Amino acid sequence: MKYAFYTGCVAKGAGRELYSSSVAVAKRLGIELHELTNVSCCGAGVISEKDPLLSDTLNARTFAIAEELNLGIMNICGTCQGVMVKAQKGIDGDTKRKDNINEILKDGGHRYKGKVKIKHLLHILIEDFGLDKLKTFVKKPLRGLKAAPFYGCYLLRPSVYSNFSSPDRTTALEDLITVLGGEPVNYEGKSKCCGFPIVMMNKESSLAMSGISLKEAKEKDADCLVTPCPLCHLNLDSYQPEIDKIVQTKLNLPILHLPQLVGIALGIDPKELGMNKHIVSTEMLLK
Amino acid sequence: MAIFSIQRFNPEKDNVPCFKDYELNVPEGATVLDCLNLIKWTQDGTLTHRMSCRSAICGSCAVRVNGHPKLACKTQAADEIIGGRMKIEPIGNAKVLKDLVVDLELFYSKFQKVKPWLITEGSGVTGQGSENNKERRQSPEDFHRIDAASTCIMCACCVSDCNSWAANEKFLGPAALAKAQRFVDDSRDVGTLKRIKDLSEANGIWDCTHCGECVERCPAEVKPMDRIISLRTTSLKIGIWNNNGARHVRGFVDFIYKSGRLNENILPVKSMGIFNIPGLLSLIPVGIRMFLKGKNPPIIHRHIDEMDDVRRIFRKFKQKT
Ligand code: FES
Repeated sequence: MKYAFYTGCVAKGAGRELYSSSVAVAKRLGIELHELTNVSCCGAGVISEKDPLLSDTLNARTFAIAEELNLGIMNICGTCQGVMVKAQKGIDGDTKRKDNINEILKDGGHRYKGKVKIKHLLHILIEDFGLDKLKTFVKKPLRGLKAAPFYGCYLLRPSVYSNFSSPDRTTALEDLITVLGGEPVNYEGKSKCCGFPIVMMNKESSLAMSGISLKEAKEKDADCLVTPCPLCHLNLDSYQPEIDKIVQTKLNLPILHLPQLVGIALGIDPKELGMNKHIVSTEMLLK
Repeated sequence: MAIFSIQRFNPEKDNVPCFKDYELNVPEGATVLDCLNLIKWTQDGTLTHRMSCRSAICGSCAVRVNGHPKLACKTQAADEIIGGRMKIEPIGNAKVLKDLVVDLELFYSKFQKVKPWLITEGSGVTGQGSENNKERRQSPEDFHRIDAASTCIMCACCVSDCNSWAANEKFLGPAALAKAQRFVDDSRDVGTLKRIKDLSEANGIWDCTHCGECVERCPAEVKPMDRIISLRTTSLKIGIWNNNGARHVRGFVDFIYKSGRLNENILPVKSMGIFNIPGLLSLIPVGIRMFLKGKNPPIIHRHIDEMDDVRRIFRKFKQKT
C-alpha cells in the first residue's frame, strides 16, 4: 500500500502533531507514504470564492502530480478531502473546463487525466487497510475510553462530494473507535459544524457552534473527542478556554486528531504522536 | 407495521415537548405526509401538522424525519423506516407553536431584510410606485444565473439545520441569502452595489460557515450555500473590503500566491485588518496559548517546491496581489 501523501497546511503549521502522528501510524501499519512537497494549498473553499477556476486549476495540478507518480492521494485533513473531491467532480463532469485547465497546466509540464483516487486516512483505514487487519495491530486497547466522534462538515456534506455512500447514517468513526477498544459516544453534535471557517468573521458565533457540540458530548460523559479534520481541531482545542466562557462550563475535553487515537491504541510513544502539543491536556487519557 | 415516534407539544398543557408512539400499517407507496394524515384521521385527531399542496410545491409540510428536515409529502415512508421505526419532529431553529407546527415569523422577516423585489430605474427601494411599467426582457443566459435560487419554495428546511443560525439567530440565513442572490444577479436589477454592501455587513454573507447542511436539506434545486458563495465572489469583484471576510480571502489568496501554503502566523492579522485594534487584541490570548504549547507555526515560513509553477498559474489568472 502506497499513497501520495498530501499534508495540507495545518499539519505543517499550527497542528504539526497531526503530521507526526499520521507518519508514525502509517509506518507502524506498513503504509508507504510519498510526501508531496511540490503541491499548493487546496484553497480550503476560500480561493474558490475569489475565483473557482483558479482553485480548480491548483487542485488539478495536485491531482496530475499524484497521477504522474501512479499513486492515489491520502489526505489527513477533512477539509482538504472535501475541497479536493468537489474540485475533482467539477472538473471530471465538464470536459470544456478540464481542457481549459489542462491548457494552463501544460506550460508547467502537467496534465490531469482524471482518474486519481482521493481518500482521507479514515477511508483508507476502513476501505483499503481494513478494520479486521487493524485490530491485529492494536497493542494497547482503549479499554472503554469514551470517545466522541466529530466528523467535520467537509467529510459529510454536501453528500455528492462525500466518499461515504450515506453520510447522514455513516458510522465510520464509531466503527474505528470500537475496533481500537474504545466506546463511541452517540450524540447529535457528531455531524455538526465546529464553526472554524468564520472564527475570524464572527468569533462569538463560531465558538458558540463548537460549544453546542462540546457541551453535548460532555453531558454524554465523553472522555475525549476525536476528529479527522485539523481545522475542527483548532476551534475545539485551541479556543476551548474561550468556549468554556460561552457555555459557562469548564469543559476540559481533550480533542484528538484521528491518527493520535489510532496511535495510542497501536502503542506508539505519546511524544511521537504529539500528545503534549494540545491546549487541553491529554494526560488524563494516557493513564 | 411501523412505529411513528412523533414529537407532541401543546403550549396550553405542556411545559416541554414529549414523544408519543403511534403504530401504523403503512400502505404501499405512502409518503410521510400520508402517514401523518392517517394517524390524525384514524388514531388521534389532536395531532397537528401543516400541509397544503401535497406535491412539493407549497413548502408547508416540512418536518424533521429521523433527525433531518424533509418535505413530508415528497418523502417515501418506506425509505425512512429504520428498524421498524420513524422519528418525526418539527423543523429546527424555529419556535414550536404546537406539535409539528412552528412559528415562521423570524424566517419570513429575514426575506424582508434582503428586499426581495426588483429595484429598477424609478422604482425606488420600496418596490412601489414604478413610473416606468414597461416590460423588461431577459435573455436565457441571464435567467440561468438566477434560475437555481428561483426554485425556492420557502419551506425553511435549509434554515432548520443551519449551524450558523443555531448559534446566532441574527444571521440572515441560507434562504434569505439565496433570495438575495436571485436579485443581485438579476440582469434587470439596478440595486446591486447597495444590496452587496448591505449583505457584507455583520450577520450577512460572511457569517456562512460552509457546513453544507442547507445544500443537503433543500428539497428543491436552490443549493443555498452555493448562492452565498456566489454573493461573496460578487462582493470581492466589486471590492467591498471593509470586513474580515473579504480581508480573509484577500490575505489567503495572497499567501498561496507567495508561498503555496498558508502562513497561520500572519493570516489572522490580515483578516482582522491592521487598524482593527480590538480585533487584533482578541488574537493575543489564543496566540500566547498556542506559542506556549509549541503550536505556533514555524517563524520562518518556507514556500513549497516548484513555487514558480504555482505562481505562473496565478499570473495566468491575473491574481497577482
Ligand atoms: S404539502 Fe406542499 S410541499 Fe408538502
